[in-house]
Amino acid sequence: MAAPTMDRSTSAAPAAVQTLTIAKALNNGLRASMEANPKVIVMGEDVGKLGGVFRITDGLQKDFGEQRVLDTPLAESGIIGTAVGLAIRGYRPVCEIQFDGFIFPGFDQIVSQVAKLHFRTQGRLKVPMVIRVPFGGGIGAVEHHSESPESYFAHTAGLKVVSCSNPADAYWMIQQAIDCDDPVLFFEPKRRYYEKGQVDTTAAPGPLFESRTLRTGTDVTLVTYGPMVRTSLDAAAAAEEEGRSLEVIDLRTLSPLDLAPVYESVRRTGRLVVVTEAPSESSISSEIAAKVQQECFYSLQAPVLRVTGFDTPYPPSKLEEEFLPDLDRVLHAVDRSLAW
Amino acid sequence: MSSPEKWTHPGPDAAPATAAKPTAEQVIAGLRATDEGGADLVQLLTPEGERVQHPDFDIDITAEELRGLYRDMVLVRRVDREANALQRKGELGIWVPLLGQEAAQIGAGRALRPEDMAFPSYREHGIAWTRGVKPTELLGIFRGTDNGTWDPVEHRFHPYTIVIGNQVLNAAGYAMGQKFDGKVGDADGEATICFFGDGATSQGDVHEGFVWAAVYDAPLVFFCQNNQWAISEPTERQSRLPLYQRARGYGFPGIRVDGNDVLATLAVTRWALEECRQGNGPILIEAFTYRMDAHTTSDDPSRYRLSDELELWKLKDPIERVKVHLVKQQWADQAFFESIEAEAEQIAIELRDYCVNLPDPPAGRIFSEVYAEGNPVLEAQRDEFLAYHAGFAGGEH
Ligand SMILES: Cc1ncc(C[n+]2csc(CCOP(=O)(O)OP(=O)(O)O)c2C)c(N)n1
Repeated sequence: MAAPTMDRSTSAAPAAVQTLTIAKALNNGLRASMEANPKVIVMGEDVGKLGGVFRITDGLQKDFGEQRVLDTPLAESGIIGTAVGLAIRGYRPVCEIQFDGFIFPGFDQIVSQVAKLHFRTQGRLKVPMVIRVPFGGGIGAVEHHSESPESYFAHTAGLKVVSCSNPADAYWMIQQAIDCDDPVLFFEPKRRYYEKGQVDTTAAPGPLFESRTLRTGTDVTLVTYGPMVRTSLDAAAAAEEEGRSLEVIDLRTLSPLDLAPVYESVRRTGRLVVVTEAPSESSISSEIAAKVQQECFYSLQAPVLRVTGFDTPYPPSKLEEEFLPDLDRVLHAVDRSLAW
Repeated sequence: MSSPEKWTHPGPDAAPATAAKPTAEQVIAGLRATDEGGADLVQLLTPEGERVQHPDFDIDITAEELRGLYRDMVLVRRVDREANALQRKGELGIWVPLLGQEAAQIGAGRALRPEDMAFPSYREHGIAWTRGVKPTELLGIFRGTDNGTWDPVEHRFHPYTIVIGNQVLNAAGYAMGQKFDGKVGDADGEATICFFGDGATSQGDVHEGFVWAAVYDAPLVFFCQNNQWAISEPTERQSRLPLYQRARGYGFPGIRVDGNDVLATLAVTRWALEECRQGNGPILIEAFTYRMDAHTTSDDPSRYRLSDELELWKLKDPIERVKVHLVKQQWADQAFFESIEAEAEQIAIELRDYCVNLPDPPAGRIFSEVYAEGNPVLEAQRDEFLAYHAGFAGGEH
């Protein structure tokens, strides 16, 4: 990563290891970045007094003022487009998109400007901005509040796309994304916001754009990210009771995809199940399946299987339990893989 | 900061910039800005229930008509409060309260003719009522069983639109179609009305909707309910100019009406629709009103607004002023008010019963009607899912 490492001595963490929710870890991470770098600004709808609809920016405006935490007009193209201008002026804007389904009014700015300015100017302009998107379903919301649009962005060259799945990653990844000189789409698993975990604020974090093996196993590899990490870990724990050993890899980075650990794992297990909430057609899960069969063809004991949301609009919330992959669907795919 | 200098670490003594607390004068000025509509505000019935004249927009209203408007407002308020309570009891996932905006919606809705078309946002329960959509039909959206079950063609009431501003362009296109079909030009013409909030006026879609409607002379009434807040952000965060004045920049009239005054809203909207039918549209109406409850049941307004503000607006309650007027005119007696209360109670009971008995949709609903012409890939996915699902039938799933 080209960005200079920051002195974080000002981020006053009382204890090195704290138990935090993902939401609070993100809040602390944003705060640490803002303290370390006066050019970091947070902008979006309701991020100021309200602290954002999920309270991720809670208290930041009170402490950093209205010029560093901007309650913007209600316009996503405006939020992202002005952030581009701020970024090329030397700021490091962190834009909050209130819900996944509302990124599309800003889509044009993201794919036309955010993604392409560096290339178009052959590096003369950098666009170091972060677009934070609470994504995915499972919270009983109405239309447009439960989508998984990450594949659109992974499909666009010039953008980096990451997703955190636990408080420690949330704390560090948001700061690393802000430090990154490239534009980063930062997908936050909203239904996991209030899950707790330990965050060590002193231990050096691993690189941002690397996937991580969370659980080792020998029978089947599960590859996943964001909200489905929890589901996959639970499935692996359940499978263990039946005497099956599943390896679980959290991708963390969706573009660039870090598949080296996946190849290595599949060469050992011979079996891969990809788990995402996003629909499967022409998606990140398609990409993983294609690359793994290309790289691990002779190691595979079964075709790569995918457990995903369906290729339909996100359904009314009374049906989301059916739509979202759950433990049973993951285990069913594991059975099918092993039965091959 | 004047140059794109490389960022530096803050020095040890760099004080964080903190937002200054507003002074008492600023707080009072802010309250006033919110609660006064200004000299151009069209009003026909004061908050005290006095009928006042307006040179351009006066209307004749019979006792019966006014009682009808009163009834509409009381009933939609009761529906709104009941649905809000149903959310609190866990029967609805979320509710979007209408409280305080009854006059804006009933005034506008009752100005429409059956052949006119309406494009709502997501708070337009009062408009739905005037379009003959049963309140129960709204529940699926908020209970999560469906996306709204009314027939938009039959009722000429488009589905609720949640992405802010999207419907404004759709309405512009619909109104262009009315024009292309020759439905504009005389008193029998058709018109379209489109609803959105003050926050929505910041969206590109709304700006583009203004441009489209203007250059194609579309018969479209833009009806902005300025309820003073876009979740936590006041209207000042969206505009330096009163919103109705923006219309001028697009080349059509903009009018600000007292959105808590059902008579004024009815009169102004009737006039605007008539202009559109005759071919003189589009027109922007800013209904100056107030959201008396939270943005939705997920919102916490105590974080961003003062209770004084709500108290001020309570004095302008849209229903109370009509009641006072009806009483003063001796156009309604106690028996009338009691009969409306009884009717409201009955509607609330029906709403509650319907809500708690609304069945969950079958799993196949996920796949139904995604395409008009079918899609073999999706059909295969559906069949596989239903077979998998059937494997659990009777099981623990
Ligand atoms: C494109 C888009 N961005 C954000 C949201 C989230 N959101 C829902 S309502 C709302 C505020 C809307 O305010 P306003 O337009 O004034 O209408 P009101 O709800 O006050 O009637 C926001 C930000 C959304 N629904 N759509």
